Amino acid sequence: MIQNVQPVIAVIKTMIDMFSLQFMQNAFLAGMMLSFVLAVVSFFVVLRRLSFIGVGVAHSAFGGVALGALLGISPTLTGIGFAVVVSNAIGYIGKEDHLSTDTAIGIFFPLAMALGVIFIGMSDQYNVDLFGYLFGNILAITRQDLIVIAVFGGLVLLSTMLFFKELLFVAYDREVALVSGMPVAFLDHFFLTILALSVVISMKIIGIILVSALLVIPGAAASQITRRYDSMIVFSILIALISTIGGLVISYYADLPSGAAIVTLASFIFFAAFAVGQIRR
Amino acid sequence: MKDPSGETENKKELLVDLHDVWVAYDGKWVLKSVYLNCYAGEIFGIVGPNGGGKTTLLNVILGLVHPQKGAVQLFGTQPNKQSRLEVGYLPQISHADRSFPVTVLDVVLMGLYSRIGLFHRPDRNSKKIAMDLLSQINMADHAKRPFAVLSGGQQQRVNIARAMASKPKLLVLDEPSTGVDSVAQEDFYELLAKFRNEQGISVIMVSHDIGVITSHADRVACLNVQLHYHDEPDSCFSPAITREVFGEDLKVIVHDSKCATCYRSHQNHD
Repeated sequence: MIQNVQPVIAVIKTMIDMFSLQFMQNAFLAGMMLSFVLAVVSFFVVLRRLSFIGVGVAHSAFGGVALGALLGISPTLTGIGFAVVVSNAIGYIGKEDHLSTDTAIGIFFPLAMALGVIFIGMSDQYNVDLFGYLFGNILAITRQDLIVIAVFGGLVLLSTMLFFKELLFVAYDREVALVSGMPVAFLDHFFLTILALSVVISMKIIGIILVSALLVIPGAAASQITRRYDSMIVFSILIALISTIGGLVISYYADLPSGAAIVTLASFIFFAAFAVGQIRR
Repeated sequence: MKDPSGETENKKELLVDLHDVWVAYDGKWVLKSVYLNCYAGEIFGIVGPNGGGKTTLLNVILGLVHPQKGAVQLFGTQPNKQSRLEVGYLPQISHADRSFPVTVLDVVLMGLYSRIGLFHRPDRNSKKIAMDLLSQINMADHAKRPFAVLSGGQQQRVNIARAMASKPKLLVLDEPSTGVDSVAQEDFYELLAKFRNEQGISVIMVSHDIGVITSHADRVACLNVQLHYHDEPDSCFSPAITREVFGEDLKVIVHDSKCATCYRSHQNHD
C-alpha cells in the first residue's frame, strides 16, 4: 500500500519543490497575467484577421531589445518603443491609399530584425540573454518584470474593456461602423498599440519568435468551439491559461525553453478544438 | 409600391443633392457630371454594371469619397460625421463576415452604439429598442441565435433592422439582393416599403439587377460613369441608353411579384 502511494508523494514533493522556487513563482504569476492579456488580444486578432501583423510586430521588438542592449538601458522599454512605432507605422502605411498591409509588414519586419543585428554587432556587451528573448526563458522573470507585466497588462485589459463594443463593431463591419460614427482610425491605432504592448511584456517568458502564436491560437481555438463572442473570450482565456501553466510545468521538468513548451501545448489544444469544431459541424 | 403622393414630390424635403459631381481614381473618371436629387419618402433605385461607379456614388453621398469637382449635400449640409448618423447604411454582403461570433440581437444593438456612446454598455432600454425592431421584421424568436446560422435573407433583414436602429432619415443600400434568394428578396423589399410607408424613410439603393430595381423603386436611374434618368420605372430603359450603360449583349427581363411569364420553379420554364 505504502509502495503504491510513493510515486504520488514523489510527484507532490517535486511540485512543492517547483513552487517553492522564487523564479518558478515569478514565471507562473507572469504566465497567468499574460494569459488574460494575450487571450483578449488574440480574440480581436483572430476576428480582425491581423495574425500576420502580430508576427511582424513581435519580430520588430527584437530591434528594440538589441537597441536596449547597445545603450545599456532596459530592453523592455526600448522594445515597447520599437514595437509601438513599428505597429503603428504598419497600420498607417497599410491603409488603402498607400500600400497593402502585408507589404508594409514585409518591409518593417525584416528592417527591425536587421537593425537588431546591427545594434548587436555594434554592442560590445554580451551579457543580454538574446536567446532567452527570442524563445523565452523560464529563469528570466524578475520581480521588476512582474510589475511591468501587471502595469502594462492591466492597462491593455482596462482600455480594451472601455472600447470593447466599438472594437467589436469595427471588427464585425468596418464600413458600417465608420458610417455609424465609430472612431475607426483611432481604434485601429489603439489596437495596434495594445498589440505591441502585449508582445513586449510577453517576450521574456514566451519569446519574440513564439509570442505571435499566442496572439492567434487562443482566439482561433476558441472560435472553433463557440459561436458567441462572450463565451469565445472565456474559452480563449482558459486555453491561454492551460497553455502557459502547462507549458511552464513541462519546461521545468523537461528543461525546455518555456516559450517552445507553451506554444507546442497551445498548438495541440488548437488541433483538438479544431477537431471538436469539425465534428460538431 | 409607388409613392402615392408622387405628384407633390417637389414640396418634400430634399435629402440628397448631388450637383455636377466628378470623381476620378488614378486619373480615370469613375463618375462624370452626376446630378442626383433624392426626396423624403422616396425609394430611389440606381442600376448599372459592375465597375460602373455605383459604390463610389454611395460613398460620395456618405461623404467617404470627396469628388474632384461638384457639390454634395446630405440633409442640407456637406456630408460629415454628424449627418452620417442620420443614415442607415448597408454595404454589400461580405461572406467573410458571416461566421462572426455574434447573436442576432448583438447585430441590431450595434446600430445603437453611436447613441449609447463611448464607455457605456447597452442597457435595458437599448435592448428593448432592438427587440422591438426584431419584432417588426418577424425575427424576435431568433434574437439569441448566432447570426452565422441564419439564411442569407434572414441576415439581410437583421442588417436592415440594425440600419434602422438609429432611426435614420435615409437608408443607403449597396446591392441588397446579393446572396438572397428570390422569395426572400420579395420579403426584403416589402419590408423596405413598410418602413417607407410607416416611418417616411427614404431609400437609395444600387444594384446590377435591373429587374429588382425597376419593380421596387419609385424612381430609377442607370449609372455607368454617367447617370441617366428614367422618370417611370415601367417605361425604363430605352434601347439606346441600355446599350450605353450595359453594352450590346443585354437582355432585359422586367420581373416583379406579379410577372406573368416568370415561375419560381425551374421545371415550369421553357
